[in-house]
Amino acid sequence: MLEAGADPHGENSEHTTTGLNHRKLLMWAFLGSDCMFFGTLIGTYLVSKGRSLVGPYAVDVFDIPVTSVSTFVLLMSSMSMVLAYAALTRGSLKGFRIWIASTAIMGMTFLSFQVFEFYEFANHEVHFKCSTPISDLTEHERTFIDKCAGQDASHEVEEQHGLTPRTNLFGTTFFVLTGFHGAHVTLGVVWLLSLLFYSFRGGVTAKRNLDVDLAALYWHFVDVVWIVIFTVVYLFGVFPGF
Amino acid sequence: MISLTIPIPKRPTHPTGIWNWLTTIDHKRIGILYGVTAFILFLTGGIEALYMRAQLATPEAEIVSPEVFNQLFTMHGTTMIFLAIMPMGTAFFNYIIPLQIGARDVAFPRLNAFSYWTFLAGAIMLKSSWFLGGAPNAGWFGYAPITGVPYNPGHGIDFWILSLQILGIASLAAAFNFVVTIINMRAPGMSLMRMPLFTWMTFVTSLLLILAFPVITVALIELMFDRFYGANFFVPAAGASPLLWQHLFWIFGHPEVYILILPAMGIISEIIPTFSKKPLFGYPVVVLSGVVIAFMGWMVWSHHMFTVGLGPVANSVFALTTMAIAVPTGVKIFSWMGTMWRGSIHFSTAMLFSVGFVALFIIGGLSGVMHSSAASDAQQQDTYFIVAHLHYVLFGGSIMALLAAVYYWFPKITGRLMSESIGKINFWLTFIAMNLTFFPMHFTGLDGMPRRIYTYGTEMGWDLWNAVASMGAFLLAASILVFMHNVVRSYRKGEISGSDPWDGRTLEWSISSPPPEYNFAEIPVVETRDPFWAQKRDSVATARVGGGSGEGEHDIHMPQPSYWPLVVSIGLLIGGYGLIYNVAVAVVGGAIALIAVYAWSFEPVNEPEEH
Repeated sequence: MLEAGADPHGENSEHTTTGLNHRKLLMWAFLGSDCMFFGTLIGTYLVSKGRSLVGPYAVDVFDIPVTSVSTFVLLMSSMSMVLAYAALTRGSLKGFRIWIASTAIMGMTFLSFQVFEFYEFANHEVHFKCSTPISDLTEHERTFIDKCAGQDASHEVEEQHGLTPRTNLFGTTFFVLTGFHGAHVTLGVVWLLSLLFYSFRGGVTAKRNLDVDLAALYWHFVDVVWIVIFTVVYLFGVFPGF
Repeated sequence: MISLTIPIPKRPTHPTGIWNWLTTIDHKRIGILYGVTAFILFLTGGIEALYMRAQLATPEAEIVSPEVFNQLFTMHGTTMIFLAIMPMGTAFFNYIIPLQIGARDVAFPRLNAFSYWTFLAGAIMLKSSWFLGGAPNAGWFGYAPITGVPYNPGHGIDFWILSLQILGIASLAAAFNFVVTIINMRAPGMSLMRMPLFTWMTFVTSLLLILAFPVITVALIELMFDRFYGANFFVPAAGASPLLWQHLFWIFGHPEVYILILPAMGIISEIIPTFSKKPLFGYPVVVLSGVVIAFMGWMVWSHHMFTVGLGPVANSVFALTTMAIAVPTGVKIFSWMGTMWRGSIHFSTAMLFSVGFVALFIIGGLSGVMHSSAASDAQQQDTYFIVAHLHYVLFGGSIMALLAAVYYWFPKITGRLMSESIGKINFWLTFIAMNLTFFPMHFTGLDGMPRRIYTYGTEMGWDLWNAVASMGAFLLAASILVFMHNVVRSYRKGEISGSDPWDGRTLEWSISSPPPEYNFAEIPVVETRDPFWAQKRDSVATARVGGGSGEGEHDIHMPQPSYWPLVVSIGLLIGGYGLIYNVAVAVVGGAIALIAVYAWSFEPVNEPEEH
């Protein structure tokens, strides 16, 4: 009996021309499309880079060590995703549940970092001592130099000057790019948790592993996109010469 | 343990009447839905054009105000591109592709239904803007910053953004579906280089869609952030590049041009061999040309921007890549002519429209090569010369091919032939009216008449040709009425066609007309290009196509209908209106869509059989 359309469980691939499962092929096509999606967002970011008329800029707000930690967590979540899939195909449903839960938790950790970071940026404070040599101040800090007028060298300038999508072009392009990445991670977490619940209903087994395989493909893709964003936006944004 | 027993309404099993159409996931029914809806929308776009032509028929007319005129040309362009030509192409993808590759349905039947309903949601959203405070008015390309809130405070642009986003979702879902279907569901033996040309061009078009639509999606998201949340993507006062939108739009927009024309070229490449009784001349080269056109379509976008001052280097490079695209296009034209050469040509209506396509497309192609030269384009940019060019390739090209496709495949879809005598009147009327409408625009354009002006003074000397063009436009409307008459008449009492009225070449002609729900009782085995033709000509049967006892009808399990695709689309529609009027409504719409997506995911393709 030949089944029309996708077969009910999505696992039988022998009926397709290429031997590849329909849904797996769909996933790859979707990821190709998503590449163009993020490519356009990153392209917009790069075109707009250096065109902001007011601060704060990347150097003022980014905290590379903090973001490095969340980046590390996200990369590790890719590893636990691999382990979840491996455990499932080995037949260890328990191992699968442990690893997929930890993947989701690491995803949520990354998202918490992102929320924290967005909050920090939005409440960014300009803070420097008037004794600081002007060459050590960022371009944004220099715009507050007149606050030192008539003050002695030990005076500290403290100004609340947050970064939001409305503040400047940097804020606009940064928040929308990283926000859409965050939305992808959020969707991934929901997907992973759905699979976890589904496994308790018998929907995920050693043989019915395609759903997990597809979620894993998506999850790894979202991680790879973050590597690009971390490099292009964060590292290139802070270290001179890029 | 958590039990996820949600009270899900009973699945529609064998619905009848309206529920049948609302829940269908049969690719043939969805194809018909697409075709009928797109044709109705084509008529609305045509009415918008007629208003403009009435206004421009005489100098200093006052039929519509300048404000309404801006809305008319914006809606006409957006409608014809996104709501008429693209979905009419999708109608034929849906109906014909599974038949041509010997499959029983598409790879994702429910996703296919979702594409249609989402397309309808986007169409309703865009068209409703006429009644909700004014349609969008910034052209189909919606150049920022003129689409920004300071210059465009009404809701028109919001409707434009959100409806295009919804239409984008629909187009992407359909494109994913067809890529997977064509790669993965070909009948045994149908290698890539044995695929019919229409299938090939659908495949290439779908790949273009998958890669081009995310670009406009992001551009529209950015514009949405600017308009709704005060972001700065396209605000030059905040330092934004005033050219960013143009680049993003045309990086999408130029591949989009090929999304509109490649399916037409596929249709022509089916019809001309059939009515010339010869295989397509240079099949591998025609396939390759289509692929090369799609690939090079990514390298020419800045030819839409020759006059913005990108500099001589950029202009020269884009002029050269644009001229180079004429090569694969020319190859195709010579292949069609080579196919007809010494063939025993039967000038059916479908063939007349196809030959008409070749002739008109050459004219549009030649004016295209004229403005591929940046220096020459500086004289033509934003004049009626461009309007003439784009209508020769989109009306003379895409629409003529789609009309040819209707005449060609109507017997397969309905089991009845369309009237050839009315068809010939239809063709000649369309052909003459089309030239009467659009050829004079070359003259007014070179004479300096700008696009998008709502009127002109008689001292400009454009009166005569504008009057001729307007006359042509109304004649064109008459030819569409003749077409509609022919469709309705033939559907009711056309001559019974039988399964293979044209002595066809491809698999769709090997099964009955209209095809049974499961298409092929036995999946055919393909051993050559043009398999059905080969089987009819060769008594040794190089292809085993059609017929065959095989499994009985009751043994073939077709995927069952579903409510969920429709519900997700309704959720998206509510969400779209919500984003414009009330965020709470948008959240409700999003929630409906999300719940329906979950219900859809947990619904098996087929319910277990009841015994």
